[in-house]
Amino acid sequence: MTTRLRLLITALVAVLLAGVAVGYSALSGSRPEEVASTAVSGPRLVVLSNGRLSTVSRSDPSGPREVTEQRCDRVYSAGGTTSCLRPVGAFKAGELAVLDAGLREVRTLPLTGFPNRTRVSASGRMVAWTLFVDGHSYAANGFSTSTGILDTRSGAVVTSLEEFTSTVDGAEVDAVDRNFWGVTFTADDNRFYATMSTGGHRYLMEGDFSARTLRSIADDVECPSLSPDGTRIAYKAAVNGDPQQGWRLSTMDLKTLAITPLAETRSVDDQPTWVDDRTIAYGIQRDDGINDVWTVPADGSGVPAVLVPEAASPAPIG
Amino acid sequence: MYLSTITRPKTAGWKGVSANVFALGAVSLVTDVSSEMVTAVLPLYLVVGLQLSPAAYGLIDGVYTGATTLLRLVGGYLADRTDRRKGVAGFGYALSAVAKIGLLLAGSSTAALGAVITLDRAGKGLRTAPRDALITLSTPAGDLGRAFGVHRAMDGVGAFAGPLVALAVLALAGESFDSVFMTSFCIAALGVVILVLFVRDHRSPVASEPVRVKVIGGLWRDGGVRRVVLAASLLGLATIGDGFVYLLLQKREGLSIGWFPLLAVGTSLVYLLLAAPLGALADRVGRLPVMLGGYVALGAVYLLLFGPLGGWALVVVVVALYGVFYAATDGVLMALAGPLLPERLRTTGIALIQSGQALAYLGSSVLFGLAWQFWGPEAATRLAAGGVALTLAATVVLLGRRS
Repeated sequence: MTTRLRLLITALVAVLLAGVAVGYSALSGSRPEEVASTAVSGPRLVVLSNGRLSTVSRSDPSGPREVTEQRCDRVYSAGGTTSCLRPVGAFKAGELAVLDAGLREVRTLPLTGFPNRTRVSASGRMVAWTLFVDGHSYAANGFSTSTGILDTRSGAVVTSLEEFTSTVDGAEVDAVDRNFWGVTFTADDNRFYATMSTGGHRYLMEGDFSARTLRSIADDVECPSLSPDGTRIAYKAAVNGDPQQGWRLSTMDLKTLAITPLAETRSVDDQPTWVDDRTIAYGIQRDDGINDVWTVPADGSGVPAVLVPEAASPAPIG
Repeated sequence: MYLSTITRPKTAGWKGVSANVFALGAVSLVTDVSSEMVTAVLPLYLVVGLQLSPAAYGLIDGVYTGATTLLRLVGGYLADRTDRRKGVAGFGYALSAVAKIGLLLAGSSTAALGAVITLDRAGKGLRTAPRDALITLSTPAGDLGRAFGVHRAMDGVGAFAGPLVALAVLALAGESFDSVFMTSFCIAALGVVILVLFVRDHRSPVASEPVRVKVIGGLWRDGGVRRVVLAASLLGLATIGDGFVYLLLQKREGLSIGWFPLLAVGTSLVYLLLAAPLGALADRVGRLPVMLGGYVALGAVYLLLFGPLGGWALVVVVVALYGVFYAATDGVLMALAGPLLPERLRTTGIALIQSGQALAYLGSSVLFGLAWQFWGPEAATRLAAGGVALTLAATVVLLGRRS
């Protein structure tokens, strides 16, 4: 075969392959992404449907959905404030978008990392977020996290809870391996609960925003979520204290620290949500990667059931 | 004869770099565009696009690195055993191309994704040693530094362009990851076509007795080979990994995550510009001094991460020195090793050296991760710089002796 012939074949193949690549991109790019959207009223649940901020009726959660144009990786709504962790784009870092009741953007905050959890206090004043910070894939505990809080009224931002003074059983802890995640606020818009991991432990911490302190309450509690009446938390706990074995959902009475395991026996990697004082909602990912929102009674009875199919990140509103 | 020719080889100039080296360079260039496109977007795709949990991502990432290591030895041995280096390398290139289609089909099933990524890395593992062996077999010993310099420079052009092509495809195709994978497959397929049409295999002139598994042990008993394998492992141990270097830069300067691919692009740019000149320098002044210069650059990178510089000056200097380190060590090590290995076992020997380096690198990145976690990043980089100094001294002892 002459060099000229070989060059000709190469050029032809290159043109052909370029055609395939361009054709594929043109065809897949034009795929319509319209989703049926119907107005929903009354008591509702905010969820993410295929990454879009949506609402469903609490009386018919698997029924019609109102799907908005807002894209979020994680969302939460309370007291007229919606916190949307916008996805990391190819050209853009992620950000926190704070939306008002009409979903108008009130404030944005650039964030570095992959969105993981977010919460809004019941009044709508305090907003918290947790991100995974890339790059620790070889470290024993995988990724590291970064958790911050925004006071929407004063505008004060704490970019990392590592800035606060933390104590475990009364002793101050400032180890470099500290990671925080999963904030949940109390009704006074100052105190909150969160998880702090250090030295292989994952502590339930009680935080004070104005005093900038955190103190430990219990061990092996992750992603706490305070009940509407403020007496209990729902949380995930690593099976046998080892996250490699998955997590189980429980509730804990904050006065007695008594633990009630819930009837969900599958591994749940989510910050649970209280739909009301008796019901816990959480996301579970199917094998095909799609999430469903499930519920289970908060008293350990009953059986888990799908609440909203093909949805994630639930939050009850009005 | 061995080591005296290594430290001060006779040199003939750029004419010693044959058409076959350029053909292999073109294949690597095209293939690297394809693979670096995927590397640049894969973390985003897995964690953001598919919403995999970080634990699942960590697992896939581990498989990713582990899969290449031992397959290098398998690929090297097979190539020597069958005397078909082009065939084994071509199979590796084709495997990685098919894996790009696999990414499209795998959906978000972690098991399928893990399998596809393993397939991709398996292809890389299989092809590297036969390709480097073909370069050494197509080049006079005195010009190996230049030949590897040219090849690595072309390879670097691909690594430089890959993330940029990926970003361009994402911009043009409405941020569709599938389009990136499809384009990556088409580019990889073109690389296979270039290999088939333009690369000439190198058959051993004497049809001798077949190469058997025990030759690996025989290679190991050769003092010269053993010292190069140890030196390559030391190189692996001194390298903490691009991810950590870029992450520390990002942390110190508060760069947004979008900068990650661009730091890699900057390093590739320096690498591709310097690979050929440093290869030529290695042919002239000796390969060992150039490698040692690379270590000095690496040590400086680790020290600067928590050093006096700040702002853009820090980013530019670290990226430049990091590129110098790669340009002074990667191809130069192969040029240094090639003449030590008997021709019939060239591929197996190169695979042995690269496996040693890869395994040591795996260990060092885990150790660095742990050091970071327990002593903080500043102490960990100081330790790493100390490790580089020890490596430099040990390399002089291992390779500086004349036999």
